[in-house]
Amino acid sequence: MTTTVPMILLMLGCAFVTWLPRVIPFILVRNIELPDVVLRWLKYIPVCILSALVIESLFNAEGAIVTFDWLNLSAFVPTLIVAVITKSLSKTVVVGVVSMAILRYFF
Amino acid sequence: MNLNTQVNTHQSTNTLDTFSQGVKDCIPTLLGYISIGLAFGVIAITSDLSVFEIFLLSVLVYAGSAQFIFCGLYIAGASFSVIILTTFIVNLRHFLMSLTVAPNLTRYSPLRNIGFGTLLTDETFGVAVTKLMKEKHIGGNWMDGLNITAYLTWIASCTIGGLMGKWIPNAESWGLDFALIAMFCALLVLNLVDIGKSKLMHYLKLIALLVIILYVLLYFVPGHLAVLIATVIVATVGVVTEK
Repeated sequence: MTTTVPMILLMLGCAFVTWLPRVIPFILVRNIELPDVVLRWLKYIPVCILSALVIESLFNAEGAIVTFDWLNLSAFVPTLIVAVITKSLSKTVVVGVVSMAILRYFF
Repeated sequence: MNLNTQVNTHQSTNTLDTFSQGVKDCIPTLLGYISIGLAFGVIAITSDLSVFEIFLLSVLVYAGSAQFIFCGLYIAGASFSVIILTTFIVNLRHFLMSLTVAPNLTRYSPLRNIGFGTLLTDETFGVAVTKLMKEKHIGGNWMDGLNITAYLTWIASCTIGGLMGKWIPNAESWGLDFALIAMFCALLVLNLVDIGKSKLMHYLKLIALLVIILYVLLYFVPGHLAVLIATVIVATVGVVTEK
Protein backbone atom coordinates (compact mmCIF):
# COMPACT_ATOMS: atom_id res chain seq x y z
CA MET A 1 0.00 0.00 0.00
CA THR A 2 2.55 2.57 -1.09
CA THR A 3 1.62 5.80 -2.78
CA THR A 4 1.83 9.53 -2.20
CA VAL A 5 -0.77 12.28 -1.98
CA PRO A 6 0.46 14.03 -5.19
CA MET A 7 0.24 10.70 -7.03
CA ILE A 8 -3.37 10.19 -5.92
CA LEU A 9 -4.24 13.75 -6.95
CA LEU A 10 -2.64 13.15 -10.34
CA MET A 11 -4.66 9.96 -10.81
CA LEU A 12 -7.87 11.71 -9.76
CA GLY A 13 -7.15 14.44 -12.30
CA CYS A 14 -6.65 11.87 -15.04
CA ALA A 15 -9.79 10.01 -13.91
CA PHE A 16 -11.87 13.20 -14.11
CA VAL A 17 -10.76 14.15 -17.64
CA THR A 18 -11.35 10.55 -18.77
CA TRP A 19 -14.79 10.44 -17.16
CA LEU A 20 -16.14 13.66 -18.70
CA PRO A 21 -16.08 12.66 -22.40
CA ARG A 22 -17.51 9.25 -21.49
CA VAL A 23 -20.47 10.60 -19.54
CA ILE A 24 -21.39 13.95 -21.15
CA PRO A 25 -22.99 12.36 -24.27
CA PHE A 26 -25.21 10.17 -22.09
CA ILE A 27 -26.54 13.28 -20.30
CA LEU A 28 -26.65 15.36 -23.49
CA VAL A 29 -28.87 13.03 -25.53
CA ARG A 30 -31.45 12.89 -22.73
CA ASN A 31 -32.05 16.60 -22.98
CA ILE A 32 -31.52 17.25 -26.68
CA GLU A 33 -33.16 15.39 -29.54
CA LEU A 34 -30.35 14.76 -32.02
CA PRO A 35 -31.23 15.79 -35.60
CA ASP A 36 -31.60 13.02 -38.16
CA VAL A 37 -28.39 13.97 -39.97
CA VAL A 38 -26.39 13.60 -36.73
CA LEU A 39 -27.90 10.17 -36.10
CA ARG A 40 -26.97 9.15 -39.64
CA TRP A 41 -23.45 10.52 -39.05
CA LEU A 42 -23.16 8.50 -35.84
CA LYS A 43 -23.91 5.30 -37.78
CA TYR A 44 -20.52 5.73 -39.48
CA ILE A 45 -18.60 6.20 -36.24
CA PRO A 46 -18.14 2.51 -35.27
CA VAL A 47 -16.50 1.40 -38.51
CA CYS A 48 -14.54 4.66 -38.88
CA ILE A 49 -13.13 4.75 -35.37
CA LEU A 50 -12.28 1.03 -35.26
CA SER A 51 -10.57 1.31 -38.67
CA ALA A 52 -8.72 4.43 -37.57
CA LEU A 53 -7.43 2.73 -34.41
CA VAL A 54 -6.18 -0.27 -36.41
CA ILE A 55 -4.68 1.73 -39.28
CA GLU A 56 -2.95 4.20 -36.97
CA SER A 57 -1.10 1.31 -35.35
CA LEU A 58 0.17 0.18 -38.77
CA PHE A 59 2.03 3.45 -39.33
CA ASN A 60 5.27 4.59 -37.75
CA ALA A 61 5.32 8.37 -37.30
CA GLU A 62 8.55 8.59 -35.31
CA GLY A 63 10.89 9.54 -38.18
CA ALA A 64 10.85 12.52 -40.54
CA ILE A 65 8.78 10.49 -43.00
CA VAL A 66 5.72 8.50 -41.93
CA THR A 67 6.32 4.86 -42.92
CA PHE A 68 4.66 1.53 -42.30
CA ASP A 69 5.28 -0.14 -38.97
CA TRP A 70 6.46 -3.33 -40.65
CA LEU A 71 6.30 -5.47 -37.52
CA ASN A 72 2.68 -4.52 -36.76
CA LEU A 73 1.76 -4.80 -40.44
CA SER A 74 3.24 -8.33 -40.63
CA ALA A 75 1.27 -9.44 -37.58
CA PHE A 76 -1.83 -7.66 -38.88
CA VAL A 77 -2.07 -9.72 -42.10
CA PRO A 78 -2.67 -13.15 -40.46
CA THR A 79 -4.83 -11.46 -37.81
CA LEU A 80 -7.12 -9.90 -40.42
CA ILE A 81 -7.35 -13.17 -42.37
CA VAL A 82 -8.38 -15.08 -39.24
CA ALA A 83 -10.88 -12.34 -38.31
CA VAL A 84 -12.52 -12.51 -41.76
CA ILE A 85 -12.61 -16.33 -41.86
CA THR A 86 -13.62 -17.11 -38.26
CA LYS A 87 -15.47 -13.90 -37.31
CA SER A 88 -14.40 -14.79 -33.78
CA LEU A 89 -13.00 -12.26 -31.33
CA SER A 90 -11.10 -14.70 -29.16
CA LYS A 91 -9.53 -16.65 -32.06
CA THR A 92 -8.44 -13.40 -33.68
CA VAL A 93 -6.82 -12.15 -30.48
CA VAL A 94 -4.95 -15.45 -29.96
CA VAL A 95 -3.65 -15.49 -33.55
CA GLY A 96 -2.67 -11.80 -33.28
CA VAL A 97 -0.71 -12.28 -30.07
CA VAL A 98 0.97 -15.50 -31.25
CA SER A 99 1.90 -13.91 -34.61
CA MET A 100 3.46 -10.96 -32.83
CA ALA A 101 5.34 -13.18 -30.38
CA ILE A 102 6.76 -15.27 -33.26
CA LEU A 103 7.74 -12.14 -35.22
CA ARG A 104 9.47 -10.61 -32.18
CA TYR A 105 11.33 -13.87 -31.58
CA PHE A 106 12.87 -13.76 -35.06
CA PHE A 107 13.30 -9.99 -35.62
CA MET B 1 -21.18 -15.06 -31.71
CA ASN B 2 -23.35 -18.17 -31.82
CA LEU B 3 -25.57 -16.53 -29.24
CA ASN B 4 -26.52 -13.78 -31.65
CA THR B 5 -27.74 -16.15 -34.33
CA GLN B 6 -29.75 -17.91 -31.69
CA VAL B 7 -31.28 -14.61 -30.62
CA ASN B 8 -31.99 -13.57 -34.21
CA THR B 9 -34.44 -16.41 -34.66
CA HIS B 10 -36.67 -14.63 -32.15
CA GLN B 11 -38.15 -11.23 -32.93
CA SER B 12 -35.19 -9.00 -33.74
CA THR B 13 -36.58 -6.14 -31.63
CA ASN B 14 -37.06 -8.29 -28.55
CA THR B 15 -33.68 -9.65 -27.43
CA LEU B 16 -32.51 -10.95 -24.11
CA ASP B 17 -31.81 -7.98 -21.85
CA THR B 18 -30.26 -9.84 -18.95
CA PHE B 19 -27.16 -9.19 -16.90
CA SER B 20 -25.95 -12.75 -17.55
CA GLN B 21 -26.31 -12.32 -21.33
CA GLY B 22 -24.09 -9.22 -21.03
CA VAL B 23 -21.53 -11.24 -19.10
CA LYS B 24 -21.62 -13.95 -21.79
CA ASP B 25 -21.17 -11.45 -24.61
CA CYS B 26 -18.20 -9.97 -22.76
CA ILE B 27 -16.33 -13.28 -22.53
CA PRO B 28 -14.79 -13.16 -26.06
CA THR B 29 -13.18 -9.81 -25.21
CA LEU B 30 -11.77 -10.94 -21.86
CA LEU B 31 -8.67 -12.47 -23.44
CA GLY B 32 -7.89 -9.00 -24.77
CA TYR B 33 -8.42 -7.32 -21.39
CA ILE B 34 -6.33 -9.94 -19.62
CA SER B 35 -3.44 -9.71 -22.13
CA ILE B 36 -3.33 -5.93 -22.11
CA GLY B 37 -3.96 -5.69 -18.36
CA LEU B 38 -1.10 -8.09 -17.57
CA ALA B 39 1.19 -6.26 -19.99
CA PHE B 40 0.22 -2.96 -18.40
CA GLY B 41 0.92 -4.22 -14.87
CA VAL B 42 4.36 -5.46 -15.90
CA ILE B 43 5.26 -2.22 -17.66
CA ALA B 44 3.90 -0.08 -14.81
CA ILE B 45 6.11 -1.89 -12.31
CA THR B 46 9.14 -1.13 -14.45
CA SER B 47 7.94 2.51 -14.54
CA ASP B 48 8.29 2.70 -10.74
CA LEU B 49 4.59 2.48 -9.90
CA SER B 50 3.68 0.39 -6.86
CA VAL B 51 1.16 -2.45 -7.11
CA PHE B 52 -1.30 -0.34 -5.12
CA GLU B 53 -0.88 2.53 -7.58
CA ILE B 54 -1.45 0.14 -10.49
CA PHE B 55 -4.65 -1.04 -8.83
CA LEU B 56 -5.78 2.53 -8.19
CA LEU B 57 -5.00 3.69 -11.72
CA SER B 58 -6.99 0.85 -13.29
CA VAL B 59 -9.93 1.55 -10.94
CA LEU B 60 -9.92 5.32 -11.51
CA VAL B 61 -8.85 5.78 -15.14
CA TYR B 62 -9.87 2.41 -16.64
CA ALA B 63 -8.45 3.05 -20.10
CA GLY B 64 -5.68 0.90 -21.57
CA SER B 65 -3.84 3.27 -23.85
CA ALA B 66 -4.12 6.21 -21.44
CA GLN B 67 -2.66 4.10 -18.62
CA PHE B 68 0.33 3.12 -20.78
CA ILE B 69 0.91 6.74 -21.71
CA PHE B 70 0.52 7.76 -18.06
CA CYS B 71 3.43 5.44 -17.20
CA GLY B 72 5.54 6.70 -20.10
CA LEU B 73 5.07 10.35 -19.18
CA TYR B 74 5.45 9.72 -15.45
CA ILE B 75 8.79 7.93 -15.84
CA ALA B 76 9.92 10.67 -18.25
CA GLY B 77 9.22 13.19 -15.48
CA ALA B 78 6.48 15.11 -17.30
CA SER B 79 4.60 17.77 -15.34
CA PHE B 80 1.18 16.90 -13.90
CA SER B 81 -0.59 19.30 -16.26
CA VAL B 82 1.01 17.62 -19.29
CA ILE B 83 0.02 14.15 -18.04
CA ILE B 84 -3.59 15.21 -17.40
CA LEU B 85 -3.93 17.08 -20.70
CA THR B 86 -2.47 14.13 -22.65
CA THR B 87 -4.82 11.71 -20.88
CA PHE B 88 -7.73 13.95 -21.85
CA ILE B 89 -6.73 14.03 -25.54
CA VAL B 90 -6.03 10.29 -25.67
CA ASN B 91 -9.47 9.50 -24.22
CA LEU B 92 -11.44 12.13 -26.14
CA ARG B 93 -12.44 9.45 -28.68
CA HIS B 94 -14.74 8.05 -25.98
CA PHE B 95 -16.92 11.12 -26.54
CA LEU B 96 -17.75 9.88 -30.03
CA MET B 97 -18.24 6.33 -28.77
CA SER B 98 -20.59 7.42 -25.99
CA LEU B 99 -22.49 9.65 -28.40
CA THR B 100 -23.02 6.64 -30.67
CA VAL B 101 -24.27 4.32 -27.91
CA ALA B 102 -26.20 6.83 -25.74
CA PRO B 103 -29.26 7.43 -28.02
CA ASN B 104 -30.11 3.73 -27.63
CA LEU B 105 -30.32 3.90 -23.84
CA THR B 106 -32.23 7.14 -23.13
CA ARG B 107 -35.19 5.21 -21.70
CA TYR B 108 -33.18 4.49 -18.53
CA SER B 109 -32.74 6.83 -15.52
CA PRO B 110 -30.04 9.56 -15.54
CA LEU B 111 -28.11 7.69 -12.84
CA ARG B 112 -28.01 4.48 -14.85
CA ASN B 113 -26.95 6.43 -17.93
CA ILE B 114 -24.06 7.93 -15.97
CA GLY B 115 -23.16 4.35 -15.06
CA PHE B 116 -23.23 3.23 -18.71
CA GLY B 117 -20.99 6.16 -19.67
CA THR B 118 -18.55 5.77 -16.79
CA LEU B 119 -17.71 2.20 -17.78
CA LEU B 120 -17.62 2.69 -21.56
CA THR B 121 -14.37 1.52 -23.18
CA ASP B 122 -13.18 0.84 -26.72
CA GLU B 123 -14.02 -2.84 -26.29
CA THR B 124 -17.45 -2.53 -24.65
CA PHE B 125 -18.27 0.08 -27.29
CA GLY B 126 -17.20 -2.41 -29.96
CA VAL B 127 -19.33 -5.20 -28.53
CA ALA B 128 -22.34 -2.88 -28.04
CA VAL B 129 -22.28 -1.47 -31.60
CA THR B 130 -21.81 -4.96 -33.02
CA LYS B 131 -24.94 -6.03 -31.16
CA LEU B 132 -26.75 -2.88 -32.33
CA MET B 133 -25.73 -3.60 -35.92
CA LYS B 134 -27.14 -7.14 -35.68
CA GLU B 135 -30.18 -6.65 -33.47
CA LYS B 136 -30.97 -2.89 -33.63
CA HIS B 137 -31.45 -2.93 -29.88
CA ILE B 138 -29.48 -3.00 -26.61
CA GLY B 139 -30.77 -3.16 -23.04
CA GLY B 140 -29.55 -1.70 -19.77
CA ASN B 141 -29.12 -4.95 -17.86
CA TRP B 142 -27.16 -6.41 -20.76
CA MET B 143 -25.00 -3.26 -20.85
CA ASP B 144 -24.32 -3.49 -17.10
CA GLY B 145 -23.36 -7.17 -17.38
CA LEU B 146 -20.96 -6.36 -20.21
CA ASN B 147 -19.48 -3.28 -18.50
CA ILE B 148 -19.03 -4.69 -15.02
CA THR B 149 -17.46 -7.94 -16.27
CA ALA B 150 -14.98 -5.95 -18.36
CA TYR B 151 -14.23 -3.52 -15.51
CA LEU B 152 -13.53 -6.17 -12.87
CA THR B 153 -11.44 -8.24 -15.30
CA TRP B 154 -9.39 -5.18 -16.19
CA ILE B 155 -8.68 -4.25 -12.55
CA ALA B 156 -7.73 -7.85 -11.70
CA SER B 157 -5.49 -8.26 -14.77
CA CYS B 158 -3.61 -4.99 -14.20
CA THR B 159 -3.06 -5.79 -10.54
CA ILE B 160 -1.92 -9.37 -11.20
CA GLY B 161 0.37 -8.04 -13.94
CA GLY B 162 1.88 -5.70 -11.35
CA LEU B 163 2.41 -8.59 -8.94
CA MET B 164 4.03 -10.70 -11.69
CA GLY B 165 6.10 -7.77 -12.92
CA LYS B 166 9.11 -8.70 -10.86
CA TRP B 167 9.39 -12.06 -12.65
CA ILE B 168 8.59 -11.04 -16.22
CA PRO B 169 10.99 -8.32 -17.23
CA ASN B 170 9.93 -7.89 -20.86
CA ALA B 171 6.20 -8.15 -21.55
CA GLU B 172 6.47 -6.75 -25.07
CA SER B 173 8.35 -9.75 -26.42
CA TRP B 174 5.34 -11.91 -25.55
CA GLY B 175 3.24 -10.15 -28.17
CA LEU B 176 0.61 -9.27 -25.56
CA ASP B 177 0.57 -5.61 -26.61
CA PHE B 178 -0.80 -6.65 -30.02
CA ALA B 179 -3.97 -8.08 -28.42
CA LEU B 180 -5.62 -4.66 -28.52
CA ILE B 181 -5.07 -4.16 -32.25
CA ALA B 182 -6.21 -7.73 -32.94
CA MET B 183 -9.39 -7.07 -30.96
CA PHE B 184 -10.15 -3.85 -32.85
CA CYS B 185 -9.55 -5.75 -36.09
CA ALA B 186 -12.03 -8.49 -35.14
CA LEU B 187 -14.64 -5.98 -33.97
CA LEU B 188 -14.23 -4.09 -37.24
CA VAL B 189 -14.80 -7.24 -39.28
CA LEU B 190 -17.84 -8.15 -37.16
CA ASN B 191 -19.28 -4.70 -37.83
CA LEU B 192 -18.79 -5.08 -41.59
CA VAL B 193 -20.21 -8.61 -41.87
CA ASP B 194 -23.92 -7.85 -41.82
CA ILE B 195 -24.22 -4.62 -43.75
CA GLY B 196 -24.91 -5.90 -47.29
CA LYS B 197 -22.88 -5.73 -50.49
CA SER B 198 -23.57 -2.22 -51.80
CA LYS B 199 -23.07 -0.69 -48.37
CA LEU B 200 -19.92 -2.73 -47.88
CA MET B 201 -18.38 -1.18 -51.02
CA HIS B 202 -19.21 2.27 -49.63
CA TYR B 203 -17.54 1.41 -46.33
CA LEU B 204 -14.43 -0.08 -47.99
CA LYS B 205 -14.00 3.12 -50.00
CA LEU B 206 -14.34 5.11 -46.79
CA ILE B 207 -11.68 2.94 -45.12
CA ALA B 208 -9.34 3.56 -48.09
CA LEU B 209 -9.93 7.29 -47.66
CA LEU B 210 -9.23 6.90 -43.96
CA VAL B 211 -5.82 5.38 -44.70
CA ILE B 212 -4.84 8.41 -46.81
CA ILE B 213 -6.18 11.00 -44.36
CA LEU B 214 -4.54 9.29 -41.38
CA TYR B 215 -1.22 9.12 -43.21
CA VAL B 216 -1.27 12.85 -43.93
CA LEU B 217 -2.47 13.76 -40.43
CA LEU B 218 0.34 11.77 -38.79
CA TYR B 219 2.79 14.35 -40.14
CA PHE B 220 1.10 17.09 -38.14
CA VAL B 221 -0.55 15.67 -35.00
CA PRO B 222 0.03 12.82 -32.53
CA GLY B 223 -1.57 9.46 -33.31
CA HIS B 224 -4.51 9.69 -30.93
CA LEU B 225 -5.54 13.07 -32.26
CA ALA B 226 -5.13 11.82 -35.83
CA VAL B 227 -7.55 8.95 -35.06
CA LEU B 228 -10.13 11.41 -33.76
CA ILE B 229 -9.85 13.94 -36.62
CA ALA B 230 -9.78 11.26 -39.34
CA THR B 231 -12.87 9.59 -37.86
CA VAL B 232 -14.82 12.86 -37.84
CA ILE B 233 -13.80 13.72 -41.44
CA VAL B 234 -14.50 10.27 -42.89
CA ALA B 235 -17.85 9.83 -41.07
CA THR B 236 -18.89 13.18 -42.56
CA VAL B 237 -17.79 12.06 -46.03
CA GLY B 238 -19.79 8.89 -45.39
CA VAL B 239 -23.03 10.81 -44.77
CA VAL B 240 -22.47 13.15 -47.73
CA THR B 241 -21.72 10.33 -50.20
CA GLU B 242 -24.38 7.81 -49.07
CA LYS B 243 -27.14 6.90 -51.48
